[in-house]
Amino acid sequence: MHSKLIFYIVVLLSGLLKPLPVLAFDRAAFESVVLAEGDERFKALDTLVAEADNQTPVLLKALLEGELQRAGKQIIWVHEGRNIDPLTQAPLSSELPDKEDVVVNNRLRGALESALAALKLVSTDHKTRLAAAKELVVSAEEGMKPIVKKALAKETDATIKALLESILATMELKSTEVPLRLQAVQVLGQSSNSNAKTALLAALEVESDEGVKQAIKTSLKQVETRLVWGQRLGLVFAGLSLGSILLLAALGLAITYGLMGVINMAHGELIMIGSYSTFVVQNLFRHIPAFFDWYLLFAIPVSFIVSALVGMLLERGVIRWLYGRPLETLLATWGISLVLMQTVRTFFGAQNVQVENPSFMSGGIVVMSNVVLPWNRIMIVIFAIAVLLAVGWTLTRTRLGLFVRAVTQNRAMASCVGVPTAKVDTLAFGLGSGIAGLAGCALSQIGNVGPDLGQSFIVDSFMVVVLGGVGQLAGTVYAALGLGFANKLLESWSGAVIAKIVVLVFIIMFIQKRPQGLFALKGRSVES
Amino acid sequence: MQKFEVFLNRFKKIAGITATASLVGLSSLGVQAEDTVKVGILHSLSGTMAISETVLKDVALMAIDEINAKGGVLGKKIEPVVVDPASNWPLFAEKARQLITQDKVSAVFGCWTSVSRKSVLPVFEELNGLLFYPVQYEGEEISKNVFYTGAAPNQQAIPAVTYLMSKEGGGAKRFVLLGTDYVYPRTTNKILRAFLKSKGVADKDIDEKYTPFGHSDYQTIVADVKKFAAGGKTAVISTINGDSNVPFYKELGNQGLKATDVPVVAFSVGEEELRGVDAKPLVGHLAAWNYFMTIKSPANTEFIKKWSAYAKAKKIPGQMDKPLTNDPMEATYIGINMWKQAVEKAKSFDVAKVSVAMGGQTFKAPSGITSMMDPKNHHLHKAVFIGEVKADGQFNVVWKTPGPVKAQPWSPYIPGNDKKKDEPALMAEKK
Repeated sequence: MHSKLIFYIVVLLSGLLKPLPVLAFDRAAFESVVLAEGDERFKALDTLVAEADNQTPVLLKALLEGELQRAGKQIIWVHEGRNIDPLTQAPLSSELPDKEDVVVNNRLRGALESALAALKLVSTDHKTRLAAAKELVVSAEEGMKPIVKKALAKETDATIKALLESILATMELKSTEVPLRLQAVQVLGQSSNSNAKTALLAALEVESDEGVKQAIKTSLKQVETRLVWGQRLGLVFAGLSLGSILLLAALGLAITYGLMGVINMAHGELIMIGSYSTFVVQNLFRHIPAFFDWYLLFAIPVSFIVSALVGMLLERGVIRWLYGRPLETLLATWGISLVLMQTVRTFFGAQNVQVENPSFMSGGIVVMSNVVLPWNRIMIVIFAIAVLLAVGWTLTRTRLGLFVRAVTQNRAMASCVGVPTAKVDTLAFGLGSGIAGLAGCALSQIGNVGPDLGQSFIVDSFMVVVLGGVGQLAGTVYAALGLGFANKLLESWSGAVIAKIVVLVFIIMFIQKRPQGLFALKGRSVES
Repeated sequence: MQKFEVFLNRFKKIAGITATASLVGLSSLGVQAEDTVKVGILHSLSGTMAISETVLKDVALMAIDEINAKGGVLGKKIEPVVVDPASNWPLFAEKARQLITQDKVSAVFGCWTSVSRKSVLPVFEELNGLLFYPVQYEGEEISKNVFYTGAAPNQQAIPAVTYLMSKEGGGAKRFVLLGTDYVYPRTTNKILRAFLKSKGVADKDIDEKYTPFGHSDYQTIVADVKKFAAGGKTAVISTINGDSNVPFYKELGNQGLKATDVPVVAFSVGEEELRGVDAKPLVGHLAAWNYFMTIKSPANTEFIKKWSAYAKAKKIPGQMDKPLTNDPMEATYIGINMWKQAVEKAKSFDVAKVSVAMGGQTFKAPSGITSMMDPKNHHLHKAVFIGEVKADGQFNVVWKTPGPVKAQPWSPYIPGNDKKKDEPALMAEKK
């Protein structure tokens, strides 16, 4: 009883302390934005924006974020866990019958977003204004002309001013006066935004004045030239991204197959094990949500170690008995790959498992208006470079690398001078497998993680290594990037299905002509 | 000696336990008891389609459990025979043959992709089996051995595109038809292209794109969509199937393609497919179905409650923590219940008799309507809903038909279809 009383007093006091809702707020307009249907909503929204006060953005935001509910005519704002009346902020009973969410569809969402942005144009904070202007370039609507004009008159910053001018120009395109239209077309010609192109194209279709028509065509060309650069940049990045993925997948194989000559059909499954290790680490980190974003940092060494151990076990248990017998190795490792897949299926289920991206890997950087480079792909490119450098360093600068090279070049001689060849084989195989695990860790961030993840990469990996030239790290790099770019170029030109076929046909022909691959070591004497 | 006997007993016990365990696990090996009737469940539990199909197997088992708890069908308990065709289309046909000839099942509930249905179809027709197909598809097919409990194009694709072209749906003028490369997307897109043309959309404003099954790199596709969208208000119609949807939606989100600019409407993406995706950047993208988990109806509340309880009891991974229902699950559930009703009406498990009894069956569907099996064309009458993705991966219904719509398996937008009969050809005519 007491608590209830105190609650009322608190509510009363807070009601007194808070400034009273501004009376100017148009209740009827707000109600029809929330409750009406069709065009009526949008008309009301325009009214609200035109008469905006401090409360307007708050309420529109609540609507946009789905915090509003309705029970008949009553609008309910679920604010910080309490049901309140959005206008008076008076508490409402939590047990209203037939409560349902206010449905906001795409059309209204778009209008709300641009209305909010328009309201922010008059903000005193430079960053807020810039963000708002940027958003409006994409979504401004006819009804906002007065606000944009007002903001433009007050604006001092050159960048924002330019943006506002292009927003206004988009609206002026529909003006009835020829000079105004002409000016708008010229302003839009300076834009590098794809929306300018959309607006110009639409204008071109309805334009009747010959002079303006010509101007539109010139402006279109200008905008398009800028956009083409964006598209090219996007394509290059896509190629680089695919290349880095192929490189990661193939790097481990470049050691086990390229240097050691083991045809390891279980390579894909070692990648898969890396992905599942990442998954397990992620699940462990779920228990400490505060550090969840950092799970990837731990997943990297874990996936390396797990895959390396599995690889070493394979080498000790199976592969070392089969050195020099490539056909048997192929069959045995293929069998192993099936065993590994089934094992994972038994433990984790046949379905894909979810590996979430840490929050810093979601989204992307906007480089140009039509190019966004996603963070997860950027990270993988960087990761691939790091792994490549680490492998290069290990092979050329460390004792293990020296031994590996010695053993692969001349096993008998290396053995004679005291290199423990069997141990080196195990370690080298472990290194190759570990790198496959790292690839798995990276792949879990962009693709699906399932028991047959490895199957889709085994062909690609062999392709890269064979194309690059067996036994050549540099060749692997060139081949991976080359295939990545070729694939993406073809894909944008002919579609994903044809691109895959063309690349495979090309590789078949290439290997016919040049079985040793792009780069071949002369006088290499790996025992066969 | 005594010691040995104890050992023997223990051994028998252990062997017995393992035997039952394997029976539970591989119920296909079970010996058919007198008072059971077998039905087959033919869904991929591994491979690229497992993301969508696994849960259908579970909901089928739930429906069977439920029927068994109420005394079964015609006094017999239903015994499910679960097989895994592993997203491998020829294997679907083999498993179907095995179900019908070896296990002698009375009906099969299964398939998702049209290519799997096409591959089992000859088997069902040859052996005179009965298939309940629970997923929306491209139409262009009526078989006397199949009942289609999913949507035909006029119950999903056409209304969705009409919505996108409407003012409320954004007034799209250009369309990217994006799909996985197989029969369902190709046929659906053929129908849609003809439909769009009839609405005055020019060929240059339609872009068709296909990716292979299991494709996971959607960078160029999303970039191309952006480029295409610069030419006017664009909508993407996605018939991507299986786990490719996860990388596709991730890429959409990461590249900042917002639904307010370019809405993507999907025909094979529901609550289950969005489970592994951060839905916040996807808010507003659409899906067209005949059921959404968010639909408010007493039947749906009960359906969700049952499913949650079942998922918890059976400890279904993922589902036990966050139970989700979706359209094909609903269609599976309707299919099994209608089959039971038809069997009871026919008083027989005979395929021909059950088929006849199926026509006109009604069932109070979780989607809130009373769904009826068409008396003739083997398709369900269904209501159409269009939903927008919410931040939690659920859907907000933004449009719906006032009532159930009759299926048109032969789309009027494909030339020559007007002459085709809206009912399966009889056996006699075929021979």
